[in-house]
Amino acid sequence: MRSGPHFAWHRLAAMVVKEFIQMRRDRLTFAMMVGIPIIQLTLFGYAINADPRNLPTAVLSQDNSSFSRALVTALQTSTYFRVAAVAQDPEMLDRMLARGEVQFAVEIPTGFGRDLMRGDRPALLVMADATDPAATGNAAGALDRIVQSALTPLLDGPLAGLAQGQPPVDLRIQRRYNPEGLTQYNIVPGLMGTILTMTMIIMTALAVTRERERGTMENLLAMPVRPVEVMIGKLAPFILVGGIQVLVILTAATLLFHVPMVGDPLVLAAGLLVFIVANLAVGFLFSTVASNQLQAMQMSFFFFLPSILMSGFMFPFRGMPDWAQTIGEALPLTHVLRVVRGVMLKGNTMIDTWPDIWPMLAFLGAVSLLAVMRYRQTLD
Amino acid sequence: MTDAPAISVRGLTKRFGDKTVVDDFDLDVARGQIHGFLGPNGSGKTTTIRMLCGLLVPDGGSGSCLGRDILTEAWEIKRRVGYMTQRFSLYEDLTIRENLDFVARLYGLDRRREKVDRALDRLGLAKRSGQLAGTLSGGWKQRLALAACVLHEPELLLLDEPTAGVDPKARREFWDEIHTLAEGGMTVLVSTHYMDEAERCHRIAYLAYGKLLAVGTVAEVIAHSGLSTWHVSGPERRIGTLARDLASRPGVEMVAPFGATLHVSGSQAAALAEAIAPFRAEPGLTWSEAKPSLEDAFIHLMAEAPAQNGAPSR
Ligand SMILES: Nc1ncnc2c1ncn2[C@@H]1O[C@H](COP(=O)(O)OP(=O)(O)O)[C@@H](O)[C@H]1O
Ligand SMILES: [Mg+2]
Repeated sequence: MRSGPHFAWHRLAAMVVKEFIQMRRDRLTFAMMVGIPIIQLTLFGYAINADPRNLPTAVLSQDNSSFSRALVTALQTSTYFRVAAVAQDPEMLDRMLARGEVQFAVEIPTGFGRDLMRGDRPALLVMADATDPAATGNAAGALDRIVQSALTPLLDGPLAGLAQGQPPVDLRIQRRYNPEGLTQYNIVPGLMGTILTMTMIIMTALAVTRERERGTMENLLAMPVRPVEVMIGKLAPFILVGGIQVLVILTAATLLFHVPMVGDPLVLAAGLLVFIVANLAVGFLFSTVASNQLQAMQMSFFFFLPSILMSGFMFPFRGMPDWAQTIGEALPLTHVLRVVRGVMLKGNTMIDTWPDIWPMLAFLGAVSLLAVMRYRQTLD
Repeated sequence: MTDAPAISVRGLTKRFGDKTVVDDFDLDVARGQIHGFLGPNGSGKTTTIRMLCGLLVPDGGSGSCLGRDILTEAWEIKRRVGYMTQRFSLYEDLTIRENLDFVARLYGLDRRREKVDRALDRLGLAKRSGQLAGTLSGGWKQRLALAACVLHEPELLLLDEPTAGVDPKARREFWDEIHTLAEGGMTVLVSTHYMDEAERCHRIAYLAYGKLLAVGTVAEVIAHSGLSTWHVSGPERRIGTLARDLASRPGVEMVAPFGATLHVSGSQAAALAEAIAPFRAEPGLTWSEAKPSLEDAFIHLMAEAPAQNGAPSR
């Protein structure tokens, strides 16, 4: 196989034209590729917009003043919180939160009323299970107001001075399990990365294994065409699909969820392009290993899971153990999340994003090389 | 390079697991010939053809196609060979024209449109060029596949059972086309199960259980089988019992009824003559010594070949 040019435009053109026509005919796949982001966004968007009330709350009150009683009542009447349990000690409070029995845990320290009247600004500790930030976000946001309105009526007469200036209570909200407190600003970019990972890898992996399953591979292999031409030809149409997905998600993100676009869309596009092609290359690599569509699907999920878990989409990146961070650094999703958040929310420039773009380029190069080497030019 | 034989291979061997599917296969095909490739299902025809065009790497042996080494110059071979697969392997979700366009682009043909148009015309597919290939019937698919693999004007055409399941008229036309191509200088290696097709070839090779059992012209292959054949005809009811009587006699190896005629064959002419002697005089039966048919020869060759289906050989 060593003679003749290693790359020819006419052969690449043949592959690209064929792949585009085939994709255009494959309406179902095409609809799915545009439909998936819309459905996902709607589902997530619903969760984001939802304003859950009556969140189960455990209270540990080590003080029996009118202030603490007023606080508990105010929590209840705000309708955000439902006092579901009364804890006897801090350990019990922790346990209930850890087990997910309650979403919030409120700890009123000893001497709360006394300290408050002295103007010592006692601490009021509210711990939130922030694994689902969408669920706790609104309630946590309302806490300030609730505490304020609970205490203000009691601060009259000699205590009227406390109602002015600094809040009389030191409200400490502790977001457990998710200190970054991901909000919709973070979820939409994250969703973009995960949707692209999922669809891009599966679609390319299937595109090649389908060729093998339908028997058309034999004809393709019998003709003089280089692996790299087959690979680029197969990937090209999906770059377009990826672009459409990005547009759909971005439109929804800005129109529905008002995610800002602080930075330059071109920088974002550059980062996303590298990311899309890197994922397509992974899909192509899988297709050179998988012998049927089912295996291709399984491999795609096998790659998808660590991507979701270790990229910082699911869990805060800095909170992961070192080994997980090392794996995460190798994954394109990790870097694209930073690029998207950086450009959209912080207005990062090309120079700022470069540290996250080159690892994706390196990943793309390594995977492509492997895929072209692995691509079998015989039926053996 | 053009005077190199179209195909010249020695000792080709292919194993799948511990099963030897093609065993020590030799073949020479001269330029411009139509070479038939026959053998029962699973005898290794497809595997052999795939090795010839670089789709499978042989486990042993060596050789060349069009003067190019099959082991090291597969790329050159692919450029100059047209391969029509046994199973339709063009794209069913592309139209007829799109399929041909794809092939033409891939080979980098100049005047692509013109060549595709000409191919469509010649095959009578011009009016249906916008139809999806997947909606074509078997016969039309074969024509399209042939059109696609001769588009780049290959010097060698490898056709793997191109007429399986095609009606007689379409088969006849297909073979006329093959002969036209051969007259234009193309060499053709074509596998088939049909005896009438075998007889339209210049030479044939017969493969069974991965072994080449006979090669040559039809007459040579028949002669090589060493078979003698007698035809006997008579009343229908007697023919049935006669078949049983004859089959059990030493010297008779094959008895095959063709309507009211029996073909009785054996490899020892003398023993066969002795075996049928008692029936020669029987009234109502007409005996005549006949030339064995190609089919007789094949069945005989296969029966003699050591059956090693599935068993590891050597
Ligand atoms: N890829 C393969 N893996 C394992 N066995 C195979 C493979 N391809 C063919 N075979 C076996 O090799 C034998 C010869 O097959 P084939 O060359 O297709 O015969 P033919 O074309 O003469 O019918 C068959 O027994 C078949 O099952
Ligand atoms: Mg076959």
